[in-house]
Amino acid sequence: MKWLVEFFGSGIGKKLLMSLTGLFLIIFLVVHLVGNLQLLKSDGGEAFNIYARFMTSNPLIKTVSYGLYFFILLHAVLGLMIAWTNKKAKGGKYAVTASSPNTSWASKNMALLGTLILAFIFIHMGDFWWKMHNDQLPYVTYDDTMGPIKNLYARTAEAFANPVIVVGYVIGMIVLAFHLWHGFQSAFQTLGINHPKYSPLIKGAGKLYAILIPLAFAIIPVWFYLSQA
Amino acid sequence: MNMKLNIKVWRQKDSKSQGGFETYQVNANEHMSFLEMLDVLNEDLVAQKKEPVAFEHDCREGICGTCSLVINGRPHGPNAGTTTCQLHMRFFKEGDTIVVEPYRAKAFPVLKDLVVDRSSFDRIIQAGGYISVNAGQAPDGNAIPIGKERASKAFEAAACIGCGACVAACPNGSAMLFTSAKVSHLGLLPQGEVEAERRVHDMVAQMDKEGFGMCSNVGACEAECPKEIKLDNIAYLNRAYYKSRFSGREA
Repeated sequence: MKWLVEFFGSGIGKKLLMSLTGLFLIIFLVVHLVGNLQLLKSDGGEAFNIYARFMTSNPLIKTVSYGLYFFILLHAVLGLMIAWTNKKAKGGKYAVTASSPNTSWASKNMALLGTLILAFIFIHMGDFWWKMHNDQLPYVTYDDTMGPIKNLYARTAEAFANPVIVVGYVIGMIVLAFHLWHGFQSAFQTLGINHPKYSPLIKGAGKLYAILIPLAFAIIPVWFYLSQA
Repeated sequence: MNMKLNIKVWRQKDSKSQGGFETYQVNANEHMSFLEMLDVLNEDLVAQKKEPVAFEHDCREGICGTCSLVINGRPHGPNAGTTTCQLHMRFFKEGDTIVVEPYRAKAFPVLKDLVVDRSSFDRIIQAGGYISVNAGQAPDGNAIPIGKERASKAFEAAACIGCGACVAACPNGSAMLFTSAKVSHLGLLPQGEVEAERRVHDMVAQMDKEGFGMCSNVGACEAECPKEIKLDNIAYLNRAYYKSRFSGREA
């Protein structure tokens, strides 16, 4: 086991953990988005509330969700540690800062973007997750076999009636887009996947993903705000 | 054509002193290389009985990797695929102020003025950047068949002159492009296969030990490399490291 500890202690080993947890979170975002898009169904929130109950009660989903919390924290803590080590490794700053060609702003500010995303996650979970798990939501009954279930949809509609929260969420998604713009393709490079046949595809898919997923997320609060205004 | 320039250059007495910028006027010529322009500056300084600016140089042909410098924020100056010694003054304009700084990285401490200690690179090479060959008569050039594409790929990586511009350009002070160039140059060829597993482990361990940062795949190294070493070498190094650690039998 000594070799494995040594591996994850190496710079490349740490970056592999960042890559793997990052790719897991990229997959999670798709699942999260597909679930959330049910908020846009015009059924008064029935499909979404039933889905929310399933996601918080199914034992398999609950197990995966603990893995998710762990991977978010691992990605964040390790990322900040790497940024700190890298800052020390750079030593000093140049009097003239000139950007090298073909380097993105996002790639040089991943720790800043990541910290903002972590802050967003805490606010976001306080808005919904905390209220769901601490029984601070109203109940709604759709049919007798299911009994009363928590009305997360109503809480969502309430939160996104507030323009401050809506703007905050849209900014959060812009920050996420920048993080993904670099992170998606960077994860593959760290895995050692850089190939003339596949890399153009990976880079293209990464840019498309970085725009479309945050955009689709951002539509939800805006749509709620506009439909209630 | 002659040109008057203002050269704002980093002056530092020794590794323990605090440094700072000094600005000098230099009468240069557009046909001079950047180093020849610095030679003119130093001749002026010596004539005035002042300490000349220390900078490193050797072949002045762009192949030895001794010259360095960060010129207006770019290692080896503004041109792609060019070392400082091959950068000519015709790329600057009359009256320009040119800022000249040493490489910045914890693993490249400043020794004096523009001279940094790059012996950390030597220790990475010593850790594994070699192959085992039997001494004796020169082997037959065609005894080991190597495909043209593979030979070219290894040759492109071998073009690395170890100047350290990659580290200087990297916001993390990472030496991944340098180390990966050495690992793929040797690892891609049959002659390098003998030590392949050990090499990648030992060179990566030495790189970490020297205090170089981790790779964020920014790509500044590739953009600034005077020998245009490609980022796919870093992906190769990552793969080789995983293979060495997970399938290799050595602990």
